[in-house]
Amino acid sequence: MNLFEHIGRFILMIGSAFKKPEKWKVLWKNFIHEINSIGISSLSIVALLSLFMGAVMVIQTASNIDSVLIPDYTVGFATRQSMILEFSSTMICLILAGKVGSNIASEIGTMRLTEQIDALEVMGVNSINHLVLPKILASLFIFPFIVLISMGLGLIGGGLIGTQAGIITLEKYIMGLQYYFEPFSITYSLFKTLFFAFFIATIPSYFGYYVNPSGGALEVGKSGTKSVVASSMVILLINLIITYFMLL
Amino acid sequence: MSIIVKDIKKGFSGTEILKGISFEFEPGKTNLIIGQSGSGKSVLTKCIVGLYEVDEGQVIYGGENFSAMNKSERKQIRTQIGMLFQGSALFDSYSVEENVMFPLTMFSDMSKEEMLDRVNFCLERVELENKNHLYPSEISGGMQKRVAIARAIALNPKYLFCDEPNSGLDPKTSIVIDNLIHDLTKEYNITTVVITHDMNSVMEIGENIMYIHEGHNWWTGNKHSIVTTDNEEIGNFVYASSFMKQLRGKLS
Repeated sequence: MNLFEHIGRFILMIGSAFKKPEKWKVLWKNFIHEINSIGISSLSIVALLSLFMGAVMVIQTASNIDSVLIPDYTVGFATRQSMILEFSSTMICLILAGKVGSNIASEIGTMRLTEQIDALEVMGVNSINHLVLPKILASLFIFPFIVLISMGLGLIGGGLIGTQAGIITLEKYIMGLQYYFEPFSITYSLFKTLFFAFFIATIPSYFGYYVNPSGGALEVGKSGTKSVVASSMVILLINLIITYFMLL
Repeated sequence: MSIIVKDIKKGFSGTEILKGISFEFEPGKTNLIIGQSGSGKSVLTKCIVGLYEVDEGQVIYGGENFSAMNKSERKQIRTQIGMLFQGSALFDSYSVEENVMFPLTMFSDMSKEEMLDRVNFCLERVELENKNHLYPSEISGGMQKRVAIARAIALNPKYLFCDEPNSGLDPKTSIVIDNLIHDLTKEYNITTVVITHDMNSVMEIGENIMYIHEGHNWWTGNKHSIVTTDNEEIGNFVYASSFMKQLRGKLS
């Protein structure tokens, strides 16, 4: 299959996913399950990464400021801008594309392999709607919260290392965080997160759903890899497009 | 109600697998599709249940042309179909109870209590009482098949498909599964279609048999006529082992 055929089949899959669910109660139950599976289970890695990255940003920014003309609070300002504009949305979503994406692709791929998807279809269940829609909705719902948590923890991590290592005083760090703060930067970050969330849920679902069952476990593994590569590329592309149109 | 397939043709990537198969699967009987591996048994079954679209021909459920139906019309038929897959196809993340309850949750308006009663009834019917809260990974292969049967009969289906129900099971458990399928067929007057290449199953429950060879309906009969037929291809299938060949020699 060429790229255009993949895109066509992907669009058809999305169309099928957004059809009216068989039972709203079942969709709700699956939605809650996916929030836990996609979101809550990712919180620890997101928290750890954000704390450490915030800390590293403070150290790197401070170590690169040599001029006495640049005020100390620039450290807080640069950390805030980096965390909010790029790290907490794009970088965290790239990491989640790996963690969540491979999980989704292997889960759905294994269901294809073990005929569980066939079982759903034979029963008369729209398997795409049943499996993919809760993942899309859960991702769209939970990812903005994850990104907000990442922003907060990154700034806390930066503050902790900055003050404990004597790089910057707490007052100056907070001053830097508040300096020329534009709430739009959070809107921009959350806006692009919604797009990332959509593709982190759908691209791995696509590769998992259409895995070649005769290829066995090898194909399921490949589908996980393909989904991570494809969703990472889409995230980077969308990041560029949204940034171009929203920030320029 | 019967299932009739008329001149079914199906191919993949230019290779024709089914080359015009016609047959009537009779209600209240265990209808067997047999044949060697790669003969097209599973493809035919997937065409009948609509997992594959046929290239040519018709699949008729109780007088209604399934092949010509749209998705919503097919859905009505599909809610009357129960299917037991080769690997059981139980949902890993669901318990035994949740697996059996799944079709009821999706397609019935029963209350939770009514569904639970029905689940318990189905589990009792397959002799799996008190296994409700176990997960598929915690039960044996034979038990998984029985859970899959319980799930397949949960909605009182008119049609039951079993794709190699004995695959991976020991001969004794296989007989238990065969008899269960046979008893359910009689009890609820279901049109049952069993895909197998297990001669034990054929001899146990083969009431209406179709032998597929090279994409054709090569032979039809029942468990009695299959051992007496002089069709050479069938003979090679039934008496495949040297022991069975010797036995055949002695019988003749």
